[in-house]
Amino acid sequence: MDYSQFLAMRQEIGLLIVFLLVFLYDTFMPKKALNATAGFTTILFLLFTVASFIWGNIGDVDAFAGMYSTSGVCSMIKNILNVGVLIVLIQSCRWANGELMIMRRGEFYELLLVTLFGMYLMISARHFLLFVIGLESASLPLAAMVAFDKNRYESHEAAIKYMLTAVFSSAVFMMGLSFVYGLSGSLYFHDIALQLGSSFNTTLVVALAFVIAGVGFKLSLVPFHLWTADVYQGAPTSVTSYLSVISKGAAAFAFLVILVQCFGQFYSMVWEWMLYALIIATITIGNLFAIRQKNMKRFLAFSSISQAGYIMLGIVGCNDMGLAAMMYYILVYIFSNLAAFGVIGAIENQTGKVEMTDYNGLSRTNPWLACSMMLAMFSLAGIPPFAGFFSKFFIFTSAINQGSVAIYILVLIALINTIISLYYYLLVVKAMYISPDEPQIANFRSASSERLGLWITVGGIVALGIVSFFYDSIMEAASGSALFAFIG
Amino acid sequence: MFSNILIYFVIIPLLMLGGFALCRTDKAVRTVAVVGSMALLALSVWLLVDYIALRQAGETAEMLYTGSWVWFAPLNIHLAVGVDGVSIAMLLLSSIIIFAGSFASWKIDNMRHFFMWLLLLSTGVFGFFISIDMFTMFMFYEVALIPMYLLIGQWGTGRKEYSAMKLTLMLMGGSAFLMLSLIGIYFHSAPEGGQLTWNLLEIAQNDSISRGWQYFLFPMCFVGFGVLGAMFPFHTWSPDGHACAPTAVSMLHAGVLMKLGGYGCFRVAMYLMPTAANDLAWIFLILTGVSVVYGAFSACVQTDLKYINAYSSVSHCGMVLFAILMINTTALTGAIMQMLSHGLMTALFFALIGMIYGRTHTRDIRLMGGLMKIMPFLGVGYVIAGMASLGLPGLSGFVAEMTIFVGSFQHTDMFHRVFTIVACSSIVITAVYILRVVGKLLFGPVQDEHHLSLTDATWWERLSTITLIVSVAAIGCFPNFFEWLIRFTFSPEIFRAIGLN
Repeated sequence: MDYSQFLAMRQEIGLLIVFLLVFLYDTFMPKKALNATAGFTTILFLLFTVASFIWGNIGDVDAFAGMYSTSGVCSMIKNILNVGVLIVLIQSCRWANGELMIMRRGEFYELLLVTLFGMYLMISARHFLLFVIGLESASLPLAAMVAFDKNRYESHEAAIKYMLTAVFSSAVFMMGLSFVYGLSGSLYFHDIALQLGSSFNTTLVVALAFVIAGVGFKLSLVPFHLWTADVYQGAPTSVTSYLSVISKGAAAFAFLVILVQCFGQFYSMVWEWMLYALIIATITIGNLFAIRQKNMKRFLAFSSISQAGYIMLGIVGCNDMGLAAMMYYILVYIFSNLAAFGVIGAIENQTGKVEMTDYNGLSRTNPWLACSMMLAMFSLAGIPPFAGFFSKFFIFTSAINQGSVAIYILVLIALINTIISLYYYLLVVKAMYISPDEPQIANFRSASSERLGLWITVGGIVALGIVSFFYDSIMEAASGSALFAFIG
Repeated sequence: MFSNILIYFVIIPLLMLGGFALCRTDKAVRTVAVVGSMALLALSVWLLVDYIALRQAGETAEMLYTGSWVWFAPLNIHLAVGVDGVSIAMLLLSSIIIFAGSFASWKIDNMRHFFMWLLLLSTGVFGFFISIDMFTMFMFYEVALIPMYLLIGQWGTGRKEYSAMKLTLMLMGGSAFLMLSLIGIYFHSAPEGGQLTWNLLEIAQNDSISRGWQYFLFPMCFVGFGVLGAMFPFHTWSPDGHACAPTAVSMLHAGVLMKLGGYGCFRVAMYLMPTAANDLAWIFLILTGVSVVYGAFSACVQTDLKYINAYSSVSHCGMVLFAILMINTTALTGAIMQMLSHGLMTALFFALIGMIYGRTHTRDIRLMGGLMKIMPFLGVGYVIAGMASLGLPGLSGFVAEMTIFVGSFQHTDMFHRVFTIVACSSIVITAVYILRVVGKLLFGPVQDEHHLSLTDATWWERLSTITLIVSVAAIGCFPNFFEWLIRFTFSPEIFRAIGLN
């Protein structure tokens, strides 16, 4: 065996090293030093992120007989996720150092890194066995993370719900896989595409429906979204933010890879229409339910459901531009959503308040927090000059690039939905800036880690759009990708 | 990039924004606002003079001061700027109104934040008028819309939360259609295999949007901009929004922002898709004809000063779109003149209404009367604005409406004739509601004795009013100059729709 193949997995190996160091630190360091676990992990991960940016990209390489593959795009999406995880780590410092977490600090970080490792595998897997390993190790530890607030009843409820849906969706996914295996006799993405040929087969529709449903649970696409709101509400805010951006970003990319690599030739025959239905349902229902929410975390849960629908618009176009737009959208979404969760987390840690009415008059007592929240809302709603506008514009452009009239109508529906979403995002702005009620939250100074997190995310919201460098480099990586070879 | 003069129309407001962020006292905020808006005014006057000099020296290019800098290379998005006579007229209009608006909000609460949002709005407006790249144009368009929400919500009066939300959602709804049509235009902007582009001039030159696609994209584009131009039945945001907005915002919104709609219809929808414009104009002619008359009738029955003026804006802005759809040089000239005229005159109206409201604390005309005796300066100002609105010769309204109707009558078929006559009738209705208000509000006995103790305009209010009155009179007295300024835009080889007609 050629061990140099492991070099292709350098990002995974780097992450594994980070994980082991954190694990060793947590196990063998004296009790006093454990207070520094958060800082230690964050700095270690920062180093890893930087290293991964510098040495992560080794071009298109397949390893282990094509089971694992990496390319410029894969390492790019991993880097994007790294940046998001880094922000989550910074934002969660205060929570992780809190009283409640004293005995479990290390576990939180270990579980988090394991799930990230699973997502890496999902992204790079080109064989369903590896993919399922990634999928499971990205899902199951998350259930433990969701249950981390062990004194809160909701946290347990959320964990059980997450656990059951994760297991159920895996089962559905496996069911789809067994059909695929029955049809093609292989689990290699490449072989599946070759074996299936381009002949249409009814069983294939069933298989695809199961596969899409399985991944749809992870992405919380409608109608597989029912766990989302409860889990987001019950989980600790740091875990919710991790769940809403990182896990979603990885699943979206993996979804794209599976669809175009295994089933590319059935694009216009089968799954284009499935995606249309899913996108319309996801965006519309996510938006309509978000309007009625009073709890900020539930509210962002439904908003993130509809955002997932927009991310899917990058897949439906099936071209390099769509791939780039999707990755750019994920990047921008990470920053915008984490800014919103950063504010929510800061307020929750200080006062324990998460209802939207608690935010009334926030701009008078905590102008900076209110301003960050407003920018996050504007960015999520797609208001220029903030990054969300650019990512929405590019994802719509890339979808329309496909050219059919149907896609114009799809985009029009998505666009009309942005107006609905603007309504509920503005409700938050209204509570903070316009509502004449007495402020509920007294002026306070948030922890320096929280402030650092907000500075980074707000900086990202402002800069990611206006500075064209980010989109250009993602596009450059995407335009060289060979992912779309089988589209028909 | 910084050698191009047009960029400074965006940079100065941004610098002012930064300046406000540093200000600690109201006095400092006022200083920054006055200095900045004077700089903008000076810049646009200088641009006007320089433009005229260039034209007289025989410059025949369609757009002058053009510049183009790559922004997002993969999508060929540029930051492209350039102006012709129409854009210069609009830039001048905007800077006059921002100048007057700064003085009109001399004593507003929480001044620093107010001006920050106001200047963000202005950045969007200026950026929109200097852009010739559809992407940047659209971006600035949306930048100009969102500050309205916070300006009305925080500083407004009456049902402000409702109005602010309604206005924002309706305008953003329009821009959703607009975005789709702009992306659609982009993908048909070059012949098969050619380099796609967002640049308006290049798209017009390529002329590669097929008839079918034009039929699909033109209505969306026209409606998208038409919502902001208060086209019936998408005008309902306008009365509520204007009535609840603070003075300077009403001025800027009715004066400038609604012009974005007309300008966009003309610059993007008509200019890029002349075939569809020519074929489908009748649908929108009906709608705009309705807005002209309907707005005027609605104004007759309102009792709130701001509502009266808002409905009159619907009527006058409807006239702009109506004239654009006539697709001939005369009517188009009239449309641009009407934009200028309505912008200035309606800003004057809103400024005066704000000043009166600040004193009497009511805008209901039934509760006021005889104000001419108490505050003669504001009274005279109001009469002048009214006269301009009903089209008294010597003021701007007459010139604009005259040109529009002369242009409209050049169409000899029955359909155009009927709608022209219908639209003409709005002149009479306008006279009715203007004279009714002037009579009730300014003349007759004083309705409320508390009003007797009120004072006349302060110096900053006078300055704001006089600036606007002088501009209204200038257009009325020197229409030739403005006609000459915008004529170059309409040379037939550039505006192909006229050739088609």
